[in-house]
Amino acid sequence: MAGVAVSTTINGDSVEYLCQPDETLLEVLRDRLGLTGAKEGCGTGDCGACSVILDGRLVCSCLVLGAEAEGRQVETVEGMAHGEQLHPLQQKFLEHAALQCGICTPGFLIAAKDLLAKNPSPTEEEIRFGLAGNLCRCTGYDKIVRAVQDAANMMRGA
Amino acid sequence: MRYIRPLSIEDAVGTLASSARTAAILAGGSDLLVRMKGGFVEPDLIVDIKAVPGLGDVQETAEGFRIGAAVPSAVLGENTALKKAWPGVVEAARLIGSKQVQGRCTIVGNLCNASPAADSVPAMVAAGAKAVIVGPSGRRTIPVETVPAGPGRTTLAKGEIIEAILLDKRPPHAGDAYLRFIPRTEMDIAVVSAGVNLTLDEKGAVKTARVALGAAAPTVLLVEEAAEVLVGSKLDEATLERLAKVCSGACRPIDDKRGTIEFRRKVAGVLARRAAVTAYQRAGGK
Repeated sequence: MAGVAVSTTINGDSVEYLCQPDETLLEVLRDRLGLTGAKEGCGTGDCGACSVILDGRLVCSCLVLGAEAEGRQVETVEGMAHGEQLHPLQQKFLEHAALQCGICTPGFLIAAKDLLAKNPSPTEEEIRFGLAGNLCRCTGYDKIVRAVQDAANMMRGA
Repeated sequence: MRYIRPLSIEDAVGTLASSARTAAILAGGSDLLVRMKGGFVEPDLIVDIKAVPGLGDVQETAEGFRIGAAVPSAVLGENTALKKAWPGVVEAARLIGSKQVQGRCTIVGNLCNASPAADSVPAMVAAGAKAVIVGPSGRRTIPVETVPAGPGRTTLAKGEIIEAILLDKRPPHAGDAYLRFIPRTEMDIAVVSAGVNLTLDEKGAVKTARVALGAAAPTVLLVEEAAEVLVGSKLDEATLERLAKVCSGACRPIDDKRGTIEFRRKVAGVLARRAAVTAYQRAGGK
């Protein structure tokens, strides 16, 4: 198989890579670029652990080919903190203990970031619907929902 | 395997038509990549159609709407004019998968994947939607219901691509609705479903109707007898009872882990009835 040369932007940085035509964006991020925040849970778009934002849309990176990222903007969990300064969502996930094993957490953080970008004051129901594409088998979701509500308050300066 | 991203529909068609081996069209990838991962398909060539101009756009024209083959469902949900004109089609498209899947999945992909349970398809059929097909011998426009040939199979010939879905401009007093049954609240595949599209006359009686059922047969069912039941009525109780009975009778469902034949028959009638009431209200009927 001939490799595909891709130029893209990841978390604001220009990135170039070669990938196989059947390689997913998730595989490229993890195995070629060392960005291991996005996780492979199911690999079939059901669990949301591999969530990234592609040109402003929340997607499962396991259902995107690496070749498709050409000329596009990719945001991953690695782009959320600024140096040592955590994103409010990350801070609130810690404070509320909104994670246990942590596998689903990067996906939840990215999905919650996308949710709050489009709806800065979501109701509890809107948060639960907005995060329905992300599965967590540890927390029972309540702590995640509280963390997102608290982060939303903080981000609105309330 | 090769991956190509043609810049024109003619290039895409030419490549598909001349490809000796198995080729797959990639738009949202939410079916294709899952099937590749599961080993159900191993295409030699992937033709990504998202760089073809116009395929990513929803256009409002003098005749109605033209929805490009690469437009994700999330974009349909953000289009106020489309939602106002065709709320049933948009609500059906918005039921497919999670928010992550919504950012990628397309109604043309949903149609071409040819699952009997595809959510957007009964809604499109009820809406009288048409598919614009481009192939080696040119363009043709066909009703959406003539695209699926059976589970996983379409009537498209080699080299043909659905370029867009067309929805008519709405007359006054028109409404559509789509409902499906699933055992949970979201993110599931329809056990059975119904789409209803109505136009009313000045007095609020049904002037025209189209009723379509999903997951009730190997392909989507357009139930003409159900439409005949509705025309001329104001959806009184007796009419709704007859509608449910006709829809239940039209089903040719299967028994599987999602539901039994008996259950699907009964629920098809219930959903058609409820969708008709919603469509009627949306059309301004009382």
